[in-house]
Amino acid sequence: MPTVLIVAEQQPDGHLRKATLNALSAGKALAQKVGAELHVAVLGKDVAKVADELKTYGPKVVHSGSAAGLEHYIAEAHAPALADLATSLKADYVGAAATAQGKDLMPRLAARLKAAMASEVLGFEGQGADVTFTRPMWAGNVIASVKLTTPVKVFTVRPTEFNAAEPGPAGEVTAFSPKVDAVKTKLIEFKEVKSARPDLSEAKVVVAGGRGTKGDFKELEALADELGAAVGASRAACDAGWVPNDLQVGQTGKVVAPTLYIAIGISGAIQHIAGMKGSRVIVAINKDAEAPIFQVADYGLVGDLFKVLPELRAAIKAAK
Amino acid sequence: MKILVTAKRVEDPESKIKVKPDGTGIVLEGLKYKINPFDEIAVEEALRLVAKFPGEVVVASVGGKEVQEQLRHALAMGATRAVWVNHTGPLDQMGIAALLQKVAEKEKPDLVILGKQSIDDDQNQIGQYLAEWLGWAQATFASKVESFESDAEKNKVPALTVSADVKTVRVVREVDGGLATVECQLPAVVTADLRLNMPRYASLPGIMKAKSKPIEELTPVGLGVDVTPKLTVTKMMAPPARKAGIKVPDVATLVQKLKTEAKVL
Ligand SMILES: Cc1cc2nc3c(=O)[nH]c(=O)nc-3n(C[C@H](O)[C@H](O)[C@H](O)COP(=O)(O)OP(=O)(O)OC[C@H]3O[C@@H](n4cnc5c(N)ncnc54)[C@H](O)[C@@H]3O)c2cc1C
Ligand SMILES: Nc1ncnc2c1ncn2[C@@H]1O[C@H](COP(=O)(O)O)[C@@H](O)[C@H]1O
Repeated sequence: MPTVLIVAEQQPDGHLRKATLNALSAGKALAQKVGAELHVAVLGKDVAKVADELKTYGPKVVHSGSAAGLEHYIAEAHAPALADLATSLKADYVGAAATAQGKDLMPRLAARLKAAMASEVLGFEGQGADVTFTRPMWAGNVIASVKLTTPVKVFTVRPTEFNAAEPGPAGEVTAFSPKVDAVKTKLIEFKEVKSARPDLSEAKVVVAGGRGTKGDFKELEALADELGAAVGASRAACDAGWVPNDLQVGQTGKVVAPTLYIAIGISGAIQHIAGMKGSRVIVAINKDAEAPIFQVADYGLVGDLFKVLPELRAAIKAAK
Repeated sequence: MKILVTAKRVEDPESKIKVKPDGTGIVLEGLKYKINPFDEIAVEEALRLVAKFPGEVVVASVGGKEVQEQLRHALAMGATRAVWVNHTGPLDQMGIAALLQKVAEKEKPDLVILGKQSIDDDQNQIGQYLAEWLGWAQATFASKVESFESDAEKNKVPALTVSADVKTVRVVREVDGGLATVECQLPAVVTADLRLNMPRYASLPGIMKAKSKPIEELTPVGLGVDVTPKLTVTKMMAPPARKAGIKVPDVATLVQKLKTEAKVL
């Protein structure tokens, strides 16, 4: 029977990264299409707890690989250990979520497995060996179906395109001992960007600001707090240093799909839209009635954001 | 220090990309071409590094004869010389990475800097394939902490820090939840994020000088690489369009619509 292997991600704080659950449901969907068993691998210094959590989501087997020397994620160390596992399982498909780690790791793993790879997969088409992967190209201007013809096929999935996996029949956990070679890369420092607001990738509501804010995010942040929202930004706002880089939404930043996305003083360049057009409801506030952001907005308000924002916050407060 | 950088030819990011009605590709009429924006950043970073550690910047591109335009662009920015792997026809990431591996083995650079992704394929793979096949360290998504308005940017300080003995490089990487600083032994592969630097404009003397800089021509056959794609695009479609929205006259209407119509408040 063919095997789909999903690589889980442990955060620096030891918890399972939520996007792994989206990758798991993508893995289930693919396994169904190709008539395969779903396996999961997790690798780190101590992953026993994460492995126990993973087994509750219905995979056949969770491969739990704890080893000293894997305390920090380094592609050079993780890729060979996972390649050995994938080879011993004769995995046909190896996938993960397209997080920063997934994007760094999976191509290196693919190289090790001499496998072709599809990045940021949105869905699967066809059945059995004829399965193709759909994925965005040109900042989402094109959706392509791609076929991989190497014996092993590697992919990352865009987490916003798949629901988080639901609990299912518990799988078994088997431990394996990853071989850890000496690597040429070492982690010097991880500087966490802490925020009291919800995580941008997971928030139900996102309030995003662009160059139009002229660097004044105070009112925008107050609105976000009123809505319990995450703050996002355009590249222009990040480049100017007004907000941390990891708030950037778009082709090169985060892809988000909240229930409500409010774009404030953002023109709506294609590279920005690539990161937020999957949102359920989009609101745009811009003083330029011709701004392209209005073409994707469900509700557009033409006006000066400095005037609109305080009014909006008061009106939302009153409406609650 | 010897640095190898890559320069892919891609559609201008400002251009409107449309799918052909039969789904076999994109409409090519009226498109303009540029160096991949991430690769321009890679070239800039390499130039800043060799300003500190004298040596050369070799720029490589894979494609038909038209990619010489992008090589000339990098040469005009200040790259020393160029390597052109002449190939027309479909290529995938594995094929390009295999060719770049041969070029790297031939050139023996201290560092290879690529863009983190190409803005047409949006795959974000080649740097990682290359690092694995070369057996080198990798640092993807190299970024800079300071804003572009900082003094650091104005003074054009390299954001990759190479040790004085040119044995290691420190790279600040943009990752989920923060910034990771890694140290890689050289030679290494680095991929550039948009925030690594602001590329310079090519000066007029630079453009003039570029005309006489050498472009070495290589071929997949000469390099001994079979570039038959293992990834093929079987169909292209336009993305699903969002249904047209409305403009609301004022804040009160907006909030009322969000509450009763969209039910998101
Ligand atoms: C390879 C590549 C990748 C990129 N990736 C990304 C990405 O991931 N994410 C991203 O966002 N961008 C990305 N960009 C950049 C993108 O092309 C745009 O330059 C950027 O999104 C513009 O940001 P902005 O909308 O904030 O600024 P602008 O385009 O300058 O728009 C500012 C807007 O604010 C409005 N405004 C000004 N004052 C007011 C006011 N008082 N009240 C209301 N409205 C006001 C203006 O009318 C204007 O529409 C990328 C570009 C390239 C080339
Ligand atoms: N045809 C090519 N010639 C030279 N470099 C390339 C080519 N294609 C891709 N690259 C490099 O590989 C990087 C990543 O591309 P990709 O994996 O296709 O997203 C790009 O930013 C380029 O630096």
